[in-house]
Amino acid sequence: MTAPITASAGGPFARLLSIASFVPSRVVDNAEMCTWIDSSDEWIQQRTGIAERRWVGEGEDVESMALSAARTAIERSGVPAAEIGAVIVATVTYFHQTPSLAAKLAHRLGTNGAAYDISAACAGFCYGLAQAEALVRSGGARYALVIGVEELSRFTDIHDRSTAFLFADGAGAAVVGPSETNGIGPVVWGSDGGQADVIGQTTEWNEALSSGERPYLAMDGRPVFKWATGFITEATKSVLDAAGLAPEDLDVFIPHQANNRITDTMLRHLKLPEHVVVARTIKQFGNNSAASVPMAMDALLSSGEAKSGQTALLIGFGAGLVYAGQVVTLP
Amino acid sequence: MATTEEIRAQLAELVNDVAGVPVEDVQLDKSFVDDLDVDSLAMVEIIVGCEEKFGVTIPDEDSKNLKTVGDAVAYVEAHS
Repeated sequence: MTAPITASAGGPFARLLSIASFVPSRVVDNAEMCTWIDSSDEWIQQRTGIAERRWVGEGEDVESMALSAARTAIERSGVPAAEIGAVIVATVTYFHQTPSLAAKLAHRLGTNGAAYDISAACAGFCYGLAQAEALVRSGGARYALVIGVEELSRFTDIHDRSTAFLFADGAGAAVVGPSETNGIGPVVWGSDGGQADVIGQTTEWNEALSSGERPYLAMDGRPVFKWATGFITEATKSVLDAAGLAPEDLDVFIPHQANNRITDTMLRHLKLPEHVVVARTIKQFGNNSAASVPMAMDALLSSGEAKSGQTALLIGFGAGLVYAGQVVTLP
Repeated sequence: MATTEEIRAQLAELVNDVAGVPVEDVQLDKSFVDDLDVDSLAMVEIIVGCEEKFGVTIPDEDSKNLKTVGDAVAYVEAHS
């Protein structure tokens, strides 16, 4: 007779126990940006909503930013670091291919839990959160740490006048744990690899080595804007439907901070009630890719614009193309 | 089949909604960029709006040629 295999068993539900972020120290305003590209503060603000962006300063990099955000998130959660069973890092700007940044961070944070990196660009945090929720509920990990971190300033062609002003750096981290009530709704996610060429790295590293030309992040803004304002707006409605909620039930909307104009268009179609607080951290932070959603969440909670226990809709979308969103209870 | 004027009027509402341009300014001879001050991102929204409103598909390579309100109205008339 075949012996039965024990099934994993986790908490009945999962929720966010904490959120934290690291905002890098160097402020690059539009005036400084315009020393590299032929543009103006007015043009950049009108097209993107970005007044200034944060780039890494002296001694700051992907690892240090992630570590700082993660330490604060763990501290705020009250969970002993050693009990964190999974560390998931979402990033496209850790330039050391293997081993993962997650394994290194797990060690420095004080856990020997499972650790791995994921590549889901600007949707990375929401992808990681979906995995963390599943791990906590299935028993794969009692507590999971999700980190979104980017150092896009090293991946930006500062002379490309269509993208240079967009990209920025930063980190956000969250601890997910078991809960008696549900705090994370079903993930709505997917990809469209047919549009793989509209945002991405210009050349492979191997080619770069032989040509001596550094690869950068490039984007064809037109199809991306079309996809984000059309398809992603519909996906956002699906996130709310999947959670069984109506627009009136939302308190906070945290879309990936890609461009204020995308957010504006989404809002026009979503018709969210007036009381819903909308994240606009792009104005000061720029587009932080995988870090933008957790950085915005932490900023809204720290400023008091959003409060613990409120209901927030998160949606990340970016290179792939990929997207993921879920409704959460704010920690 | 909608008349040219009906399509223009519906397009004018769309341009007003997206870019805040007064509906009476959206006339056939007006250039979106030069006369109505519609920027590239708003233009994408207008194209998407036309696709929804008029049930047409406007590929990127065609949308780049729609310089005036008249161009857009003619495109809709020819493809809907």
